[in-house]
This record gives sequence, structure tokens and C-alpha cells, in this order.
Amino acid sequence: MAMELALHVVVLLTTPLLLLGVIQKTKAWFAGRSGPPLLQPYFDFWKLLHKGAVYSRTTTWLFRAGPIVGVATALCAGLVLPLIGARSPLGFSGDIILFAYLLGLGRFFAMSAALDTGSSFEGMGASREAAFSAFAEPALLLCLAILCVPARSVGFADAFAALRSAPPGFSHPTYLAAALGLFAVLLAENSRIPVDDPNTHLELTMIHEVMVLDHGGPDLAFVLYGSAMKLFVVGALLVHVILPPPLEGGWEGAGVLVGGQLGLAIGVGCVESMMARLRLPRVPQFLVGASVLAGVGLAALLYRGTA
Amino acid sequence: MLTLLVILPAVAGVLALLSKDLRIDLTLLVATAVAHLVATAWLWGGASGPELDSLLMLDMPGRLFLSITSVIFLCVTLYTIPYIRHGTHDKPVSLQRFVPCLLWFLSAMSLVAVTQHLALMWAAVEGTTLASAPLVYFYRRQGALEASWKYLLLCSVGIALALLGTFFLGIAAAGTSAGASDLTLAGLVRAAPFMARPWLKAAFVLALVGYGTKMGLAPLHTWLPDAHSEAPSPVSALLSGALLNCAFLAILRFYQVCLASEDSEFAKHLLVLLGMASLGLASAFMVSQRDYKRLLAYSSIENMGIMAVGMGLGGAASYGALLHAVNHSLCKAGLFLLAGNVLRAFGTTKAREVRGVLGRLPATGVLLLALLLAIGGAPPFGPFWSEFLIFQSALDGAHAWLGILFVSLLAVAFLGMAGVLLPMLSGGLGNLDERSAEHRLSVLPPLVLASAALLMGVYIPPALAEALRQAAGVVGG
Amino acid sequence: MTGYADFILLVVVVLDLYVVATSRLASCVHASAFQGVALALLSVALWAPSYKGGVDGHLLHLAFLSIGTLLVKALVIPQLVLRAIREANVRREVEPFVSLHLSVLIAAVLVGISFWLSSVLVLPIPAPTTLLVPVAFATVLVGFLVLVSRKKAVTQVVGYLMVENGIFIFGQTLVQRIPFAVELGILLDLLVGVFVMGIAIHHISRAFDHIDTELLSALKD
Repeated sequence: MAMELALHVVVLLTTPLLLLGVIQKTKAWFAGRSGPPLLQPYFDFWKLLHKGAVYSRTTTWLFRAGPIVGVATALCAGLVLPLIGARSPLGFSGDIILFAYLLGLGRFFAMSAALDTGSSFEGMGASREAAFSAFAEPALLLCLAILCVPARSVGFADAFAALRSAPPGFSHPTYLAAALGLFAVLLAENSRIPVDDPNTHLELTMIHEVMVLDHGGPDLAFVLYGSAMKLFVVGALLVHVILPPPLEGGWEGAGVLVGGQLGLAIGVGCVESMMARLRLPRVPQFLVGASVLAGVGLAALLYRGTA
Repeated sequence: MLTLLVILPAVAGVLALLSKDLRIDLTLLVATAVAHLVATAWLWGGASGPELDSLLMLDMPGRLFLSITSVIFLCVTLYTIPYIRHGTHDKPVSLQRFVPCLLWFLSAMSLVAVTQHLALMWAAVEGTTLASAPLVYFYRRQGALEASWKYLLLCSVGIALALLGTFFLGIAAAGTSAGASDLTLAGLVRAAPFMARPWLKAAFVLALVGYGTKMGLAPLHTWLPDAHSEAPSPVSALLSGALLNCAFLAILRFYQVCLASEDSEFAKHLLVLLGMASLGLASAFMVSQRDYKRLLAYSSIENMGIMAVGMGLGGAASYGALLHAVNHSLCKAGLFLLAGNVLRAFGTTKAREVRGVLGRLPATGVLLLALLLAIGGAPPFGPFWSEFLIFQSALDGAHAWLGILFVSLLAVAFLGMAGVLLPMLSGGLGNLDERSAEHRLSVLPPLVLASAALLMGVYIPPALAEALRQAAGVVGG
Repeated sequence: MTGYADFILLVVVVLDLYVVATSRLASCVHASAFQGVALALLSVALWAPSYKGGVDGHLLHLAFLSIGTLLVKALVIPQLVLRAIREANVRREVEPFVSLHLSVLIAAVLVGISFWLSSVLVLPIPAPTTLLVPVAFATVLVGFLVLVSRKKAVTQVVGYLMVENGIFIFGQTLVQRIPFAVELGILLDLLVGVFVMGIAIHHISRAFDHIDTELLSALKD
């Protein structure tokens, strides 16, 4: 039991940065380059922790709080979501709602930190982030609703138990709809193409990158770590919708999770290499489409339940 | 024999398409029309059994509508002979496909009348739409193109709804104790009392809306004035005189199933509602009409409304409705053919620009006057009796307000028509030198049709009366 | 096996919504073609479980139906419509009366309505799969939405095709009970219908220099 919890925490703390490395490697492979080393994000994190930071006089405590709250909320979300087994360290019977709101809280503080700088670039990024997450929120909640309905409870443990007893994969199309919707939410929440290009250097085209333009040193390290952990957590949710975690935690569950996450990272890398970023007015359409898809899946699930 | 009625025009159409000579085409057309009429007459003599694995079977309503189609087609064919040669001064898009499409049109309409299988009937009605669309877009005019697009799209969508209604009916039948779902009319009538009511009602509503679009019932009639007025006159005569009846027959088949289920009150109410709406709308639009061919098209909508009301009232009124089908076809076809004559002589369809038809085209003018009185419901012509029967039935059935509204709308429509057509007839120069050539064959078919309309008013042949009574018994209440 | 059929039906709904959401004419037609493929696979997925082995009338019927559907709905008709688009030489964009965002939301509401409708209108016979009737209604309703809310003649034809697809899905509940000749007739009618419509579009574009049906309003009282 304790070992299971320890393994959960260890996996949560150490694996997220690896995902970023895998995505970079996949994109490099598509482009015919050899790319940065797989563990480059770890080196970046270490380097940034040792650097100093410069704080503008216009900023307040919000500016410093942004990255810290980002890491904290992502960490809590990761502790609430069952990663390697049926239970999670902080899980309880209503934790799906908490999960969604933890992500929202992190986002809120990131936007506030950006607005705190008083610069127009960050403000532009914050407003875009606010708009796009307003569209991504219904998609996320509808996908979570698809998880909740068969379990008749709002807890992750029950939801995954119901998933485990449902027929797997393709023969349950509503879960596939949920997975596709969650993938769209993943791309939106973590500022990946087609919503946002993480490699762009033009501030006017950035969303997430521009919000953290003024952060440096340890703050930037935490921003990097926090976003990696958020990617890991939402990705873990997606992986579990396709492959529910086994009843017994342990190395098997960890192996399934990490393997699934790596596969997901490769998938994200492929999507990033094959598509261009959507024009900004098209992003709401993309997210509304994901919501509608999840909504249709939910309607089908409810109908099947009554029929 | 029934298969022959359908296959012969289809084959003749293919032959006409392959031949490049117009004279051969016309010969084929006339020969097929005559053969079709002879075959239909022969069918009146003896009973004919089911053919093609019960897909084709003739019952009394089918026989009735088949005969109407056949007679109208022959008259239109004879009219087409001088029409194609001299026609109007507009340029046709493709003269080559006129005759083949006419023949395929006849084939599809015959199939609607002789089949007892609802899905095959659906395919036949769709076939009539497809065969007649090139006929509507015959002249290279923007108006004709617009009309044929609306016709094609609206009727296809309507017919798609009718297919959905057919499937609903099949599902309702499949749910009965009979087990297997049989889309033939006999099977459906047998299974009707046990059908699930919501599906049966939904099926009838969809069929009424879908086939009603094709029939021209308001508010689904918007394509009708455009299509019937932009098409060449012989085609308009066929569309109004034969095709609308086929759509009516399709609705009647569904109505038959509803009657057999003994839960048909809603169907009757819907028929009366849509019929009165058509009457009202058509009368309103007829009053201030500026184009005389559109006027005749709205008159068709009005008469379809009359037929729907009659069928909805049931009893003696359904006999009246079927009688009206016969009368209306005769009168309307004649009117459209005469309108073609007027159009050729005067070159315009605007009523205000036409004056002195009686002087310039005496035969046409007299017949036009006669048929105007006929279609307006004046005795001693046929339509008077059919409309009177429906009116009387409305009064008998304690629907006095309905009957009074019915007659008032008829009066409004007649006044509208007279207001447009009468000024056209009179006036102008009574100079004999102004007389235009009237080809015999452009006057003979309308003369025949007008005489038949007069005959129907004065003396209905007992055989026809008996046939009508039997048909009303089958499809009426 | 109902799992596969359910999956295909969900793909059909997604394609419906895609047709409503896309702004490119060619994408509409391609989505319609994919729907044709899905429908051909649907008829196989629904009736394969009752296949008892051996070549008999049942198998031939099924084979003809799915191959015919595939040829007509996925190959021939999309080619005809794409050719009409090319020859019409117009701007290759959908021109809607309502904005695309609103259309997608209305389509989602229509899908919800169709699910409600099928819980009210219960099938008297056992359906091959529970999602069949709601998806059929949804496709018909969304097809009507596309038909009504688009200006270009080509998109009206695509909407008509979607209505026909919905009716086809509905007909799958009755597939064994209708004579084969009639199914062939239905397919053929669809083919000829679209063929004639394609010709009409060609003429419209030549005569009017556009295929915007909102401007086809010269004839009125």
C-alpha cells in the first residue's frame, strides 16, 4: 500500500519532463534532424534552477505566485487522479470535480501572473488563454461526464472501476468519443498545435509562451515543470480512458501508464509535425467540435442506458 | 399486359433517344400513345390479375387514374405534333430529348397507377420527377432554369420524406402479429388494425407532406406555379392533368391503410386542413395574377385542394373527389393547350398584353371561354357536379361552416380567373384579316377535352359512374 | 458485433457534424462520400452476424446491397458533384445563411432532439442495434439543416444526399423484408436524381454565372 503510493508519487514527479523530450524527438525525427537529447528538459530544468531571476517593479506577489501555484495544482491533480492502480493518494468520492477545478485554478493564476506584469504582450496572451479555455471547459466536462454516467458517481475510483468492467476499445464507441474529445482538450490546455505553436518566436502568434515571457530563473523552471506535469496529468486521464488502470497498483500499472504516456507523446509529436496551427478564429470552432463530439457520445450513452 | 403498359413507353423512349429524326420520334410518340390507350381500354373490358410477383396489380382507383393519364397523354401527343414544328419563338435547349422524356414520363406515371407495392410506387413517383425535369427546362430561359431547379429539389426532398413515411409504415406493419412486413397494399391493409398507432400516424403525415409536395398542396406548393408556367404548354397540360393525380393516388394508398386501421380521424382532418389551405392560398393568388399560365397553375393548386377536402370528408364527397379528378384533368389539360395557342399567337404570357383572342383565334377563344366556365364550376359542365357533391356532403355532415367557406373560396377563385381571362378574350380588333392560322391539331385535342367535360356534366356514362363508386369505396370512407 | 455497428453509426454522426462545420465545398462532398463508405460497411456489420455459412440468396442480397451502396454513394455520386463544382467555376466556399458556429450548435441540438424522439417513438420490432433509429433521425434532421441553411446549389444537393443517407440507415431495420428489386430501384433513383441535379447546376452556373440559389428569385408573385 505504502509502496504503491510511493511509486505513484515517484512516477508523478519524475516522468513529466521526459514527455517533453519525447515530443521534441518525434518532431525532430519527422524533420529529418537528430534533435536535442531525450533528457534535455531535465537539463534545462536544472540549469534554470541555478539561474537568478529579475523582477520588475510593477509586479507584485501574484507574479511570483503564478508558477508556484501552477506546479502545486498540477501536482495535486496528479495526486488525485489514480495513476498506477485503483486508488490515488488524495482520491475521494468527488474528486473528478476537484480535478477539473484544480486545472482551472492553475490556469487562473497563470493568467493573473501574466496580467500582473502590465505588459500588453502578456495581456494579449492572457485574454487568448481565457477565451480558449472557456471553450475547452465544456469539452473537458462533457468527457468527464461520459466517465461518470456508467459509474453513477463523481469519483475517479468508481469511474475507472466501471471502465474496467465495460467491454474494451472499439466496441464501446462512446469512450472513443470521450478519448477524442480529451485529446482535443489536451492539445488546447497544453498549448500544442493546432491551438498554439510552442516553437514560435513571434509574440503576436503566441498564447502560452507569451504569458510567461517575463519569468526567468527558478520561476521559469517551475513554469516548465508545471506545464510538463499538466501535460502528464491530462495525458494520464486520456490513457486511462483507453486502458483503465489495473486493480492492483505496482510496477505493472506504472509500466502501462508510462508506456501509454510515451505513446501519447509520440502521437502529440506526430500531430505537431503534420498540421499547422489553426487560425485564431478557427480554434473555438475546433473546440466546439470537440464538445459536440463529446456531447453526442454522452447522448448516445444516456440513450443506451434508457433503451 | 400491365408490364407492357410500363415497358412499352420506356422502350419507345430509348428508341426515340437513339433516333435523330424528329419525324420518327413523333411517329413513335403517337403510336405509343395510341397503343397505351388501346391497352387501357382493353383492361376495362376484362379483369387483369397480378403480375411480376404481385408487384403490379390493377384495382379500381388505379384503373381510373391510368385511364385519365392515357386519355390526356393522347390529346397532348396530338397537340405536340404542330407544337414541335412551330412551337413558340423561344429557343429550345435540346429538341432531341423532348419526345424520349415524354415517353419515360408516361411510363413512370403508368407504373404509379398499376403498382400495389408502396416502395415501387415511391420509385415510380421519383421517376416522374426525374423524367419531367428536363421537360420543364425546355426553353433556354433563366426563368425556366430557376423553375426546374426548384421543381427538382423540392420534389426530390418531398419524395425523400415520402420514402421515410413508407419505411415507417413498413416498420409499423412489421410490428404486427403478421411478423414479416409486406409493403404491398393488400398486406398493409390486412395488418392495419394491429399496427402501432404512433408509427402509422407518423407514416401518414410524412406521406402527406412528401407526396403532397408533389401534388401541390399548400404550403408545399411553391414550386408549382413556377414549373407549370415555365414549361412548354403540352408539358404543363400533362403536369397538371396527369402528374398531380398520380401524386394524389400515392396519398390515397396511405389513406387506404389508415382507413383500414379504423383510426383515421386525424388523417381526415389533415386532408381537409391542407385542402382548405390550398383552396384559400390559391384563390388569393389568383385574384391579382398577371401571368395567365401562372393563373392556370394556381387553379391546379385550388383544384387539388378541392380533391383533398372531398377525400377528407369521406362518403359521397370521396365519390365527388374522384369525379373531380376526372373533370379537372379534362378541363385543365384543355386550358393549358389553349394557352399554348394564345402564347404562340401573341408571344407573351402577360395577361395585360393579350387582347382580342376571340377575334384572332376564334376556335381557341370559344373553347377558352367554355373551359373557363367549366373549371370555375358553372353548370352544365362536369366540375359543377363534383364540387356540388363535395359541398353537399359538407353540409350533410354538420360541417356547414366548412361548406360555406368552400363555396366562397371557389367563387373567389372563379372571379379571379374570369377577371384575368375575360379581358383577354374580348377587345382588340375584330378584323378578320388579323386571324392567325390555327392548325387543326392544336384545336382538336382541346375541343375533345372540352366536349368530354361538357359530357361529364350532362351525362356520366354508367360504367364510369360505377367505376367511380367502386373506387370511392376502396379509397374513400 | 453490435459494437462495430455502433462505432460506424457514431462515425456517421461525426461526419454529419463535419459537413455542417466545414467551410469548403469539396470537404462537404468528401464527407458525404465517407458517409457512403460507412453505410456500406454498416449493412455488412448489421447482417453479418446472422450469416450461417454458404453462398445463398441472403449473402448475394447483402453483397449486392453493400457493393451497390459503395459504388453509388461513395464513388459515382461524389464524382458527379465534384465535377459539377469544377465546371461551375465558382468560389469553392460554402455560403451559409447562419454562421458556421451557430450551425454546429443547432446541429448538436438536432442530434439531441433525435435521441429524444427515438425514446418516444419506440420501435415495435427489435432493432439490430439501439443507436440505429436515433442516428437515422439525426442524419435526416441535420441533412435538412444543411439543405435549408446553405445558399449554394451544390450544398443543397449534399444536404439532400444526407437526408437520403438517413433514410437508408432507417431502412436497414427493414432490409430483409423489402424485395431486392425495389432496393435497386431506390439506389438507381438516387443516382439518376443526382445526375440530373448535376446537369442542372451546370446549366445554372452557365446561365447565371453563379450557383447561389438565393438569387434565383425572379419568379414570384
